[in-house]
Amino acid sequence: MNRYPLWKSLLFAGVMLLALILALPNVFGEAPALQLSRKDGELFAGPAAVQQFRDLLEREKVSPDTAFLQQGRVVLRFADVPSQLKARDVIETSSPGAYAIATTFASRAPSWVRTMGLKPMSLGLDLRGGIYLVYEVDVEGAIKQTLQRLERDYRMALREKRIQYESVEGTAGGVFVVLRDAARRDDARTALQAVDPNVTLTAATDANGLATLRTTLSEVQIRQRQDFAIQQNITALGNRVNALGVSEASVQRQGANRIAVQLPGVQDASEVIRLLGKTATLEFRLVDQTANPIEAQQTGRVPLGTKLYKERNGRPVLLKREVIVTGEQLTDATSTLQQGEPAVSVRLDGRGGEEMLRTTRENLGKPMAVVFIERERQLRDQGGQKVAVDVTREDVISVATIRGVFSNQFQITGLTVREGQELAKLLRAGALAAPVIIVEQRLIGPSLGQDNIDKGVRALVIGSVALFAFMAIYYSGFGLVANLVLICNVVLLTACLSLFGAALTLPGIAGIVLTVGMAVDANILIYERIREELRHGNSPHAAIKAGFEKALSAIADANVTTLIAGVVLFLFGTGPIKGFAVVLSVGILTTLFTALMGTRTVIALIWGRRASIAHLPV
Amino acid sequence: MEFFHSVPRFRFMAQRRVCYVISAVIVLGSLVAEGVHGLNLAVDFTGGVVIEAGYSGVADLEKTHAALRTAGYPEVAVQNFGSSKDVLVRLPPLVGSTSTTEVTKKIETALKTVDPLVQIRRTESVGPQVGKELFVKGVTAMCITVLLILVYIAFRFRWKFGVGAVLATLHDPFVVIGVFAISGMTFDLSVLAAVLAVIGYSINETVVVFDRVRELFPVMRKAQPIEVFDRAINETLSRTVITKFATLIVVVALYLFGGEALRGFGLALIVGILAVTYSSMYVASGVALDLGSSHRDLMPAERRAPVDNLP
Repeated sequence: MNRYPLWKSLLFAGVMLLALILALPNVFGEAPALQLSRKDGELFAGPAAVQQFRDLLEREKVSPDTAFLQQGRVVLRFADVPSQLKARDVIETSSPGAYAIATTFASRAPSWVRTMGLKPMSLGLDLRGGIYLVYEVDVEGAIKQTLQRLERDYRMALREKRIQYESVEGTAGGVFVVLRDAARRDDARTALQAVDPNVTLTAATDANGLATLRTTLSEVQIRQRQDFAIQQNITALGNRVNALGVSEASVQRQGANRIAVQLPGVQDASEVIRLLGKTATLEFRLVDQTANPIEAQQTGRVPLGTKLYKERNGRPVLLKREVIVTGEQLTDATSTLQQGEPAVSVRLDGRGGEEMLRTTRENLGKPMAVVFIERERQLRDQGGQKVAVDVTREDVISVATIRGVFSNQFQITGLTVREGQELAKLLRAGALAAPVIIVEQRLIGPSLGQDNIDKGVRALVIGSVALFAFMAIYYSGFGLVANLVLICNVVLLTACLSLFGAALTLPGIAGIVLTVGMAVDANILIYERIREELRHGNSPHAAIKAGFEKALSAIADANVTTLIAGVVLFLFGTGPIKGFAVVLSVGILTTLFTALMGTRTVIALIWGRRASIAHLPV
Repeated sequence: MEFFHSVPRFRFMAQRRVCYVISAVIVLGSLVAEGVHGLNLAVDFTGGVVIEAGYSGVADLEKTHAALRTAGYPEVAVQNFGSSKDVLVRLPPLVGSTSTTEVTKKIETALKTVDPLVQIRRTESVGPQVGKELFVKGVTAMCITVLLILVYIAFRFRWKFGVGAVLATLHDPFVVIGVFAISGMTFDLSVLAAVLAVIGYSINETVVVFDRVRELFPVMRKAQPIEVFDRAINETLSRTVITKFATLIVVVALYLFGGEALRGFGLALIVGILAVTYSSMYVASGVALDLGSSHRDLMPAERRAPVDNLP
């Protein structure tokens, strides 16, 4: 008798059942779809939101195959590309500019699969086609900007305090101030320390006997400035990528100073790069309270010296024409907690602080607004032709009452935590941008992507079939068991990758193929051991038992070493190579599970119950 | 079916000295080939621009090259890619503020003069700095992998085995890289991934033999170490051959049917698997033997407690 503990068999069966369900969405394939999101940033909610599009499209006779909500976005799936494109035009013309419409692919899986939250593996750029961009943030440039700003603020502070200076100069790593004598230097030190308390000031005397002060940015400051520059660019790129309406797009920090942008399915590289390259800015303005903004909106008559804006919730607001401070003068914005209340803490440079001081002194208790200005280029279909239209979006992102006199540091309160984070993000995005350059750019055409899938899958199928045939011939019955276990392995691997939401890339497919080729090794190790035991004259049952036991240490050691290679590859790889590493590493784990537990379960099921076996088909 | 009906009795270890020479020649040859030919590194590592274009018919490389020269790109390399219809155009890294998209457009226009129906299937542009970093990262990854594996083997076996395993493991990527240097095939990121996979695979093989050595030492108390090593290799020979064959089946499928993008990856693995088969038998075991592995290295500590909870 060669029984395998029931719980282990059940565990294996249970895991495989779960794996089958998780891997299931991958078999349905994809169909062209549209993904709609509201441009005002609100989410779609309730069945009515979906129904409105269904009705609209039904009237125009381009009914979608299915329509559903996904994370606040409406997804409409169509049978083919022409109806997808027609539907896009229908929606765009019925409510121009209201929605961001992205052409994408949606799984053909039936709705119950979707409602269970099951998702297929997403396809990487090399399989779907699209654009991959790596931006490098010019951190040096960002530091230089900071120093320039510091230099300007220093001049202003010294003038204001009436401290005579010989020169204020920006140097490579800091600002160099030269003063007539040591007494002036001491005054200057106090004044300059007030401008930015975080910098280090070093006093010295130069060759001509003049007193000097050298300012150096601390390590922490440099790092903060770099992080700010990168975060700012990530936010800005993220905003614009969202505006493109590309589904599954991603903006990620890569290494110390790079940002990787992935845009699956997008083809027009030059247009996209131009769009992403646009910078946003900010304007702080006073709110005009003398006129009624709703009336101005209705009549179209805007009082002299004011301009009509809309808040993000659509409410009109009249702002004075004079700009107090622009985004260029903003140095930092973070969401914080102010006495337990969510707040956004804002810092301005010296000039901005001075303007703010004057304005707040004269306008205490009055509301002030922040306008976020972003120029974007939209592609509009006009009679089948794509026409680029420049659109300037000006949104009032904050209206707050001036509660005190302040200069270059203040808080905006009265927000929810989420609003605070959002506002801080937008403020940072609108600050003076650190320059970026594109250091890597990959564009894969859609036909090449499909080609890659076809060839990768072909190699997998041919390789597997040949391998299965070989195993069946060489090990007969046990070979078939190995094949079954290999199939289980691929199913489990697919399930894991779907569960992690990993993107499948071409090297990833290669990784699956390689996993199949290497996984079979575990079975071969076991079978060769069983054959050896049989040759030594052991009974079939004893041979099976000993075969598994003795092969275990070799299988474990061998796989752990390959896993080490996989993990290192994951840590050092980028893009598609990371995909390969994930598949290789996960593949080793699934191999260990299926080859050891699966093989044993199946063998025990077939041969385990027999009291004696005359011949073992191995 | 069975290739080995009984355990063969090849005296592998007797020839190990010969194999050291062969290995040394291979590694040196590989280094020389890399020095003379140089590796045909892809833009992933050198930086530069590649454009893959699909022609409607057989592509005229001469004309294409001429057209690109007239368009102001004298330093381009033009070659077929996968089929006679597909062409790969490669440019050195762009300097200054030249935009990739502009260059792509110009090249597309130039190609259109050769074949109006030409289609740009892929463009890749990598800055020289990024390329250099990827290269350094790749080499670092290789070193770290080898180091970690050495630690693992030393921990699981004995240091003598660790040294043998690492020498064998270092040997294999040299063979792969040498083949790429001689054949002039493009060495890109996916080939690098394959080389790292070969390192993992190499150690995998060595471990199987070592595992058997570990098992046999206590059993063959009277035997010389060389006999133990020979018997271990012979006893695992059947499995070695079958496994290699099985893995080769799928890797050859990748090479033949996976398309141009996976061809280099497939070739690296084919060469790697062949190299691994040889090195795991001769180099790893030979070095462990010559470092004086004996009963004493394994005996007391290696009587491991029986592993329970077996599958």
